[in-house]
Amino acid sequence: MIRVVLPPHLRKLTRSGDEVTVEVTGPVTQRAILDALEARYPVLCGTIRDHDTLQRRPFLRFFACSEDLSHEPPDAPLPEAVANGSEPFMVIGAIAGG
Amino acid sequence: MSGVRVLVGTRKGAFILTSDGKRDKWEVSGPHFAGWEIYHMKGSPADPNRIFASQTSGWFGQIIQRSNDGGKTWDVPGGEKVPSSGEMPEGKSNKFSYDTSAETGKPLTTHQWYDGTQHPWEFKRVWHLEPSLHDPDTAYAGVEDAALFRTTDGGKTWKELSGLRGHGTGPKWQPGAGGMCLHSIVLDPSNPDRIFIAISAAGAFRTDDAGKTWKPINQGLRSQYIPDPTAEIGHCVHHIAMHPQRPGILYMQKHWDVMQTGNAGDLWKEVSGNLPTDFGFVIDVHAHEPETIYVVPIKSDGEHFPMDGQLRVYRSRTGGNEWEPLTKGLPQNNCYVNVLRDAMAVDSLDKCGVYFGTTGGQVYVSSDAGDSWMPIVHDLPAVLSVEVQTLR
Repeated sequence: MIRVVLPPHLRKLTRSGDEVTVEVTGPVTQRAILDALEARYPVLCGTIRDHDTLQRRPFLRFFACSEDLSHEPPDAPLPEAVANGSEPFMVIGAIAGG
Repeated sequence: MSGVRVLVGTRKGAFILTSDGKRDKWEVSGPHFAGWEIYHMKGSPADPNRIFASQTSGWFGQIIQRSNDGGKTWDVPGGEKVPSSGEMPEGKSNKFSYDTSAETGKPLTTHQWYDGTQHPWEFKRVWHLEPSLHDPDTAYAGVEDAALFRTTDGGKTWKELSGLRGHGTGPKWQPGAGGMCLHSIVLDPSNPDRIFIAISAAGAFRTDDAGKTWKPINQGLRSQYIPDPTAEIGHCVHHIAMHPQRPGILYMQKHWDVMQTGNAGDLWKEVSGNLPTDFGFVIDVHAHEPETIYVVPIKSDGEHFPMDGQLRVYRSRTGGNEWEPLTKGLPQNNCYVNVLRDAMAVDSLDKCGVYFGTTGGQVYVSSDAGDSWMPIVHDLPAVLSVEVQTLR
């Protein structure tokens, strides 16, 4: 089971707590997690990555295991700690404004 | 027992204000969708319990919310949680893709940018939702970058009416200060094939074939800020309004100038008359008096607040030209708020109610057609839009 931490705005859409879980079969990658997340919560389609290009929205970042993974290839394997559920995959809204 | 439901979109959520027909005691619910920008909410004339809302964010994109119980509960149509993973998501209710298909679409062109260069056409948000007059499952959405979309399944999917964006003048359209938005959608109650829309800054357009083809209707407009002040395209129209009993007569608040047309937009004439300034954003028409109209004059395009710190609604009972200030109950000192283009509405109770919201978070009501005003709420986030449902 993969743990995904969502930012507060998206929790309102999923009507969940700060963390949701999804199942991924096969290699655990950003794309696999986001595919599973959108399959479970269709309301998130378009909110984390673009509907058509599937590119990460520009003001969002992905963190895990104290690393910024935002610019890693979407099909690159994620750390084992994310794959085994001991660490969450975090979707973070970039800080902007004051 | 009659009553009203006021739908208020703000920078940080939605609020619903309800009252009985007296309109002197109010209940406030919200914030709904707290933290999100709510550009617009509007109820279906065919089913007042059905309300559509545009929920948007620069971070997280566009969401369409829908209520089937008058705003008590909300859902994203088609966005319901899937019981178990394994199925591919629908999630199309949030999807606004310009139609470039060979069958029904138009190529995606560029539009003019602020500096005169060409710029890619990119979807940003839904500015205005206009439910069908007759079918609760049909609604129109005006979006930035400018285009018109329609749903016929209650908001689950949206399809562009691409004839507007693709009718040929798109590369001349340019963004106003708020972006290149399609902000006004006016449906003709006497002719289901006729729709009026307006875009900042392109102008007003009309279709007479239910959205297949469009023509610019900007003759008579004069805008000093564009190279050719009388050009067919390029006018920064801020809002247009119609009285349903006289669908051939439209009123327009342009960037500068208040305008009127008596022939469905074929020719406009200026009716600013004795207004202290004819810059502004909102314009609306009395529910029972088709020639009584309201504007809120704003000092200038560089100073988006009322003149002299006095918040004044101006009313004309003659379709323009002759205007009277309405001040009773409105702040007349040190008031420097703005009233944005979709933030005025009227109810249709016997004594017409008029409503507007400000960027200072106040929503005002007049239950006597503008003679006197009272704040319903003082301290909401900046108000982006106000719509009213008259409940009978």
